[in-house]
Amino acid sequence: MKLDPKVPSGPLEEKWNRHLKDIKLVSPNNKRKHKVIVVGTGLAGASAAASLSELGYNVQTFCIQDSARRAHSISAQGGINAAKNYQNDGDSVWRLFYDTIKGGDYRSREANVYRLAENSNNIIDQAVAQGVPFGREYGGLLDNRSFGGAQVSRTFYSRGQTGQQLLLGAYQAMMKEVHNGKIESFTRHEMLDLVVVDGKARGIITRDLVNGTINKFEADAVVLCTGGYGNVFYLSTNAKNSNVTAAWRCHRRGAAFANPCFVQIHPTCIPVSGDYQSKLTLMSESLRNDGRVWVPRSKDDTRHPNEIPEEDRFYYLEEKYPSFGNLVPRDVASRNAKLVTDEGLGVGDSGLAVYLDFRDAIKRDGEDAIRAKYGNLFDMYQNITDENPYKQPMRIFPAVHYTMGGLWVDYNLMSNIPGLFVAGEANFSDHGANRLGASALMQGLSDGYFIIPYTIGDYIAGEDLKVVGTGHEAFSEAADKSQKQLDKLLAVKGDKTVIEFHRELGKIMWDKVGISRSKEGLESAIEEIRALREEFWQNVRVPGEANYYNKYLEFAARVADYFELAELMAIDALDRDESCGCHLRDEFQTEEGEALRNDEKYSFVSAWEFLGVNGKLETKLHKEDLNFEFVELKQRSYK
Amino acid sequence: MSEMTINLKIWRQKSIDDQGGFQTYQLSEVSEHMSFLEMLDVLNEKLIKEDIDPVEFDYDCREGICGSCNMVVNGSAHGPKRLTAVCQLHMRTYNDGDTIVIEPPRAAAFPVIRDLVVDRSALDRIIEVGGYVSVKTGAAPEANLIPVEQEVSNTAFDYATCIGCGACVAACPNSSAALFTGSKVAHLNSLPQGYPERKRRTIAMVDQMAKEGFGDCSNYGECEAVCPVGISISSIAEMRKSYIKAVL
Repeated sequence: MKLDPKVPSGPLEEKWNRHLKDIKLVSPNNKRKHKVIVVGTGLAGASAAASLSELGYNVQTFCIQDSARRAHSISAQGGINAAKNYQNDGDSVWRLFYDTIKGGDYRSREANVYRLAENSNNIIDQAVAQGVPFGREYGGLLDNRSFGGAQVSRTFYSRGQTGQQLLLGAYQAMMKEVHNGKIESFTRHEMLDLVVVDGKARGIITRDLVNGTINKFEADAVVLCTGGYGNVFYLSTNAKNSNVTAAWRCHRRGAAFANPCFVQIHPTCIPVSGDYQSKLTLMSESLRNDGRVWVPRSKDDTRHPNEIPEEDRFYYLEEKYPSFGNLVPRDVASRNAKLVTDEGLGVGDSGLAVYLDFRDAIKRDGEDAIRAKYGNLFDMYQNITDENPYKQPMRIFPAVHYTMGGLWVDYNLMSNIPGLFVAGEANFSDHGANRLGASALMQGLSDGYFIIPYTIGDYIAGEDLKVVGTGHEAFSEAADKSQKQLDKLLAVKGDKTVIEFHRELGKIMWDKVGISRSKEGLESAIEEIRALREEFWQNVRVPGEANYYNKYLEFAARVADYFELAELMAIDALDRDESCGCHLRDEFQTEEGEALRNDEKYSFVSAWEFLGVNGKLETKLHKEDLNFEFVELKQRSYK
Repeated sequence: MSEMTINLKIWRQKSIDDQGGFQTYQLSEVSEHMSFLEMLDVLNEKLIKEDIDPVEFDYDCREGICGSCNMVVNGSAHGPKRLTAVCQLHMRTYNDGDTIVIEPPRAAAFPVIRDLVVDRSALDRIIEVGGYVSVKTGAAPEANLIPVEQEVSNTAFDYATCIGCGACVAACPNSSAALFTGSKVAHLNSLPQGYPERKRRTIAMVDQMAKEGFGDCSNYGECEAVCPVGISISSIAEMRKSYIKAVL
């Protein structure tokens, strides 16, 4: 396997523009002769599909939901960063780049991150032109808020529903192209395999989730925009149907999987209430702009939070990190929540929660001002917990939220399989070992609107892509394999349900591959995952049949892939003998308990090659060295 | 934590060609903190173990924003709680021994796929004919070039917040999609960016709504009452105003 990041030469500020000048173009007459498949219709997928179609390509989109508009990008609350410097607080492309690469703890590619910052301003322009109703000031101009990990105000927002509004903008742009006859949209279709012919991605196999048929689709390039794999933990803030299957099947076909252990655990989620819990609900970290995080100073304090006086409250983030306070990056906030609850200072019935208190903000700005900013989040909290956050502090706890790892891509967002492009959360690019708030929406749309449409042209123009036909044996082989796996799952007829297995797997992952990891824990996690995977294939109970709508069969196939991914995540975490960003190894910490990087040995992207599964996952590590020409690597400090 | 026994009467239908009917189930040990969909998850785990096909229902985010879930609970789309999608409904709303009737949203334009799962692609086709601003990627002017009055922007947001679940259709005696369509028309027509296309957009979307088999609006207001995100029926008035201006 050869990993060439293909980063253009030259000064950081000029790389992307120079690359655009050098890129090969496909003439308008020829574009209509080429077909591109886009899998997933979230921010990255919908924006890529719309833009490719506008350029003249024939596009087919696929999503598992009943409408392209339901992709999980819709749930993003807080906002989207851009370096507009509308607040005149000294922001710039460089500063957004710098904050993002520092926030990622120097485990991402400089050139990619810089390009992301450069594209950020275009995204805002595009969204506004589409009619996305961003928050505005009285003068009619766009408003900003601040977010964790930054000391400027650069986050654009649509109340607490920024993801929804940006996705609807991209979805509508996509539907415009459906109307123009340039996009064919397939909903309730799940990609089950990638078809590789002569070493190039030439199509996909899907299952029609309504009638169960297995279908073959051919194209000149495939763009995978299928999101992250946080649901490997069973409980996460991801939508219930978010899954790794499409990406994992590409990995099985030869695409390298990069940094699988980099998982973001979001600090402000609603705590677990019982065993029946099916998912966790995130509340935007923008809440930390006005909410103060604390726990009682004493373990034995059983008083109602409102009765605990100031001197008995431990505002641990403000005390430990005076300059960033409650706005430290997500990994730092989550780790500290775990530290205080490990010490027994946690609150609520389970002791697995900390307070997020708006008392002082309400006193300062009034309840109406707080309601205007966070009304929908407060309502959501009250609805789930039956407690009124205007009257008493919220209880929050970290939850799995976003995966920085994903399929390896070069500067053109192409994987090591030519013709397979990967965008949005599904790729590993841009966020390093930790993603800053309001950067996921930015990356998804930067990839989809402003990168993929150009780099795909460069690929297509440079290749001789003859029609292979879905009758080709590579298509039949992949289709048979997909069908056989489903038949095999149905044939087990065991005693334990898919959900029971998934929940058990999630517990291993949360306990041993979660907020903090150790060599010992990871080694035992690998053994436990292997044993549970064996049991899964011997004893899973999948109801019904394959030829009709059968959600538990869909789940079973996804959980089968999680079992393999889980082992790779633990292997990757074990291999990385350092702490960086969200990846905290107990053995590698500073004296103050902060992540201790080892830049000499681990300044690389780990890209894993799939070799097989035979009782254990056979995998091979390839390293892409990260070279920092423009920023100086520093110990991150938010103190 | 109190636990309840709940009696469920659920619509089961194998496919569009199957006549379908209600089946009753009893579920004990229901926690008040469970969400309504978690209660159905627990029921399905039980059914799977008893070799009975689980109840199919649509859901995804379980945060009230994706619009996937849309079942009708005791005759009300999304259940009894105002401004709440059924995924955000909690069992504390119910009492021990209650009977809950669960059905798919019923409308000619929403054919049943299985049990509580219906095909809502008609809503996508309404957006397809005009629910957008025709701006190509890369053709956008600088974002602050056109100031938008804060009040106008806020109102546009209120309409844009529609989650496309189709509860409005299920609740309407005419199975009209006027609230869904009106919210998109009102969102885009009210903003300077959407203004140039307002006539074409409004006519195309209203016509498509009829083509898909949705009924007309006769101001029952049921749609607004069940809408989980509080879309106002003023959006329908906006749509009608726009339509009249467009065709005159």
